[in-house]
Amino acid sequence: MTLTPPIGRSAASASARQPVLEIRNLSVDYGYDDRAVHALSDVSLTLHAGEVLGLAGESGCGKSTLAYAATRLLPPPGVITGGEVLFTRSRDGHGGDLLTMSDAELRAQRWRDTAIVFQGSMNSLNPVYKIGKQLMDGITAHSPRGFREQARLRALELLEMVGIPNNRLDSYPHQLSGGMRQRVMVAMALALEPEVVIMDEPTTALDVVMQRQILEQIMRLKNELGLSVIFITHDVSLLLELADRIAIMYAGKIVEDASADEVYRMPRHPYTAGLLHSFPPLHGPRRELGGIPGSPPDLMKLPSGCNFHPRCPHALEACSVLEPKLGPTEGAEPTRSVACLLHDPAVNPGPVPVELGVRPLSKETA
Amino acid sequence: MSLVRNRKALAGMILLAFFVVIAIIGPWIAPYNPSMVGPDSLQAPSLAHRLGTTNTGQDILSQLIVGTQGVMVVGLIAGILATIISVIVGVTSGFLGGLGDEVLSLISNVFLVIPALPLIIIIVGVLPSAGGLTIAVVIALTGWAWGARVLRAQTLSLRKRDFVEAARANGEPMWRILFFEIMPNLTAIIASGFIGTVIFAILSEVTLAFIGVTSISTWNWGTVLFWAQSSQALVQGAWWWFVPAGLCIAAVGTSLTLINFGIDEFVNPRLRNTAANARLLRRKKIRARIGFTPVYRGFISTRKGEDA
Amino acid sequence: MKFLLRRLGFYVFTGWAAVTLNFFIARLLPGDPVQSLINKYRGLLSTDAINSLRVLFGLNTHTTVWQDYLTYWGNLLHGDLGISFAYFPTPVSAVLAQSLPWTLTLGFVCTILGFALGTLAGVGLGWRRGTWLDLLLPVANFFSAIPYFWLGLIAIALFGVALPLFPTSGGYDGGLIPSFSLEFIGSALYHAALPALTIVLASVAGWILGMRNMMVTVSSEDYVTVAQAKGLPERRVMFGYAARNAVLPSISGFALSLGFIVGGTLVTEIVFSYPGIGYVLFQAVGSKDYSLMQGVFLIVTLAVLVANMAADFAYALLDPRTRQEG
Repeated sequence: MTLTPPIGRSAASASARQPVLEIRNLSVDYGYDDRAVHALSDVSLTLHAGEVLGLAGESGCGKSTLAYAATRLLPPPGVITGGEVLFTRSRDGHGGDLLTMSDAELRAQRWRDTAIVFQGSMNSLNPVYKIGKQLMDGITAHSPRGFREQARLRALELLEMVGIPNNRLDSYPHQLSGGMRQRVMVAMALALEPEVVIMDEPTTALDVVMQRQILEQIMRLKNELGLSVIFITHDVSLLLELADRIAIMYAGKIVEDASADEVYRMPRHPYTAGLLHSFPPLHGPRRELGGIPGSPPDLMKLPSGCNFHPRCPHALEACSVLEPKLGPTEGAEPTRSVACLLHDPAVNPGPVPVELGVRPLSKETA
Repeated sequence: MSLVRNRKALAGMILLAFFVVIAIIGPWIAPYNPSMVGPDSLQAPSLAHRLGTTNTGQDILSQLIVGTQGVMVVGLIAGILATIISVIVGVTSGFLGGLGDEVLSLISNVFLVIPALPLIIIIVGVLPSAGGLTIAVVIALTGWAWGARVLRAQTLSLRKRDFVEAARANGEPMWRILFFEIMPNLTAIIASGFIGTVIFAILSEVTLAFIGVTSISTWNWGTVLFWAQSSQALVQGAWWWFVPAGLCIAAVGTSLTLINFGIDEFVNPRLRNTAANARLLRRKKIRARIGFTPVYRGFISTRKGEDA
Repeated sequence: MKFLLRRLGFYVFTGWAAVTLNFFIARLLPGDPVQSLINKYRGLLSTDAINSLRVLFGLNTHTTVWQDYLTYWGNLLHGDLGISFAYFPTPVSAVLAQSLPWTLTLGFVCTILGFALGTLAGVGLGWRRGTWLDLLLPVANFFSAIPYFWLGLIAIALFGVALPLFPTSGGYDGGLIPSFSLEFIGSALYHAALPALTIVLASVAGWILGMRNMMVTVSSEDYVTVAQAKGLPERRVMFGYAARNAVLPSISGFALSLGFIVGGTLVTEIVFSYPGIGYVLFQAVGSKDYSLMQGVFLIVTLAVLVANMAADFAYALLDPRTRQEG
């Protein structure tokens, strides 16, 4: 995991795209009574057409919870306690708020509009069904009757697309290697050419070489098919290369939302800055590795005010009292937002610390 | 111990304790001598005879009370013996691996497949006289195999775990590893196996008594049913003769099964289905299902920084 | 394939072990009771019969144990299991041949029925948790602790005596001769109703509880969530993804359950005087008919072994992972 700068993707073109999936004020609890854990509080996120939105954060920050809650796949005892998830580019007119849809509607739009690439572990595939059957049943569930033969052809197409030999159609999951299983998961998700693909740590369990191969394949397919992707990972350096936009999460909230380039060069949130300083850069002068002191908070005992303030090197008095909301940065840059009181002139009359503020152009070098 | 807090296990333990107490003090508190014949033949339950009488005027309640001891003692002895055998065979087999494992597994599997009850019936039927202890031994010798198999599987998986490797790397001798590292992790399963064997022993023993294979000189719930059957209690409508005995058997069996459930839920938290949780869900009309996360907007619980 | 061959080898070995066990049980007897029996029937037995009895009980001082063992095997392979005392002078094999079909049909049908009903109920209970159906669980718990024969007695009391709906003993109407006529089969079914009810009720609880627990465990596996994410119909996910995986331990644990059910079936036959192997065993025990007892044990064990082989075969069909490893 090293840092290489993103290659010339500008923030401007990202914002010109249409929104495809809008998550607004989503709140999720684990548990049904007063002792429930607030896993997500008022999270808002927008995915635009054709873009790769990276969702990054430490384990337990809520990034997977966000993705699964938005698609209503969160297992018990998860329960959604507020918000809307609007899908605006549905093909068959099944658009609307996923949280208020009926079961039948939800089932109909699944896999056609939104698909998830799960981690390709042994457990993600049904051990008693052949690969072909698992590829096909997703297709036939959303097609008219008598579609079996075409479904089979489509399955073969999909295997070719991800580079798996044809004869594997009749294999069982335990006969495949880890890399192959992950590619099957990718193929399965793309079967109906969905609008939105959510990828949950798709390469975390694989070695570096396999990781690179699969990511290249995914990006190629994304360009060919025009997908919009939400890419969930704890590896920020990966996102800096792949993503157009990155949203950083901490303890159940989004703390920064900006383009990949902006996140790399000009982080505005102390947590983001801390993350970036935790990896050694591959090029450039040697730099002392920083880190972030302390450890992520227990979601059942969140600190008062800002969730990050106990570990923040720039914390103000107000940070232990007020909760920052996702809002504009100090320089009111149009394409990014940050949840930090340092950027709120009402709370912080003084200047923003140098490393988090708008820097003069001359210093923005790799 | 958190097991006690599990409602199912607690109910089971209380019920079982009741029977254990009766087993101990039975002969003293029984109102009549169970074998004493009397003039009131086939009487329905009354004040004089709380559970009625047999066709020879014997008091059924006394028979049940005195019979508890026979049932519980045989069950307990059989359970202990079978558990000892299954622990020795199962843990050794899992721990040794290789040829020793193969041989011991083969023996366990053979005993597992051979149907237990017919074998017990024949052995006991062949022996000239079969007292409680003999029956307990025979039951133990035929019923140890299942526990052994479960223990072997568990020992195998534990043996590969890191903490055992660490102990071995530290130079800890094998027997110490066995007793102080592996065994403590097996207690729940051993307990569960013990209870299962006791249930099996009680049911087998009662069945043997019912068939008439065991000696009828000692009182036993199965013996009560044996006499009920041979005296055609059913046809004569004397329900009080055979219903209470069966209920006692079922009660003891149920109490043991409840305790076993408690242990199961203790070991596998996913099985916990606390009634309070279910009630709460029903009240809020939340249906918790896999794949369709419920949406419930009516929470009163406060969020950080919000007013209630 | 290797998996099945290994299992077959195991069953052959177990069969041999059962026969050997049988051989040695007879020798548990102290000498006198056997001698008196032989004396009692001496006038009616041929010398051959007496000799085979001697072999059976190890009374022949002129031969070694090993020679007796070989003779025993020889007799077995000729189908000679001795002469029955309880049904004198019918040979044991004839007694068994007559009663076996009754037990087989009753046992087979009830086991399948109990398994099917119990597993289906378990699937439903495990998939939809938190409904009123969960109350069935303590009921099933209670039923799993009831001895088969007591349930039979209650069945007789309720449906045979209080409400005389069904016959309470025998396998068929006394006046009929066994044949494949409609009348006979009808009578047989009528008489089998209560025993079947008893066996199914007593065995179903175990299947329900086991299957429910497995469904709960499997439902939280990732592939079930993936199936839901694909938008597959509910029934498909419940049966194809969850139940299909959850049923495997039930099938591999079939051996244990079957032993219990077989014991229960035998005892139920005794309660209902149903003319099967169980009833024969009862008679044998009553008259100290050792040859017959041994014959019953042998037949029952063999039947259980065959049933286990069938279960193993089913398991190999259902779980593709067994086809790889040995």
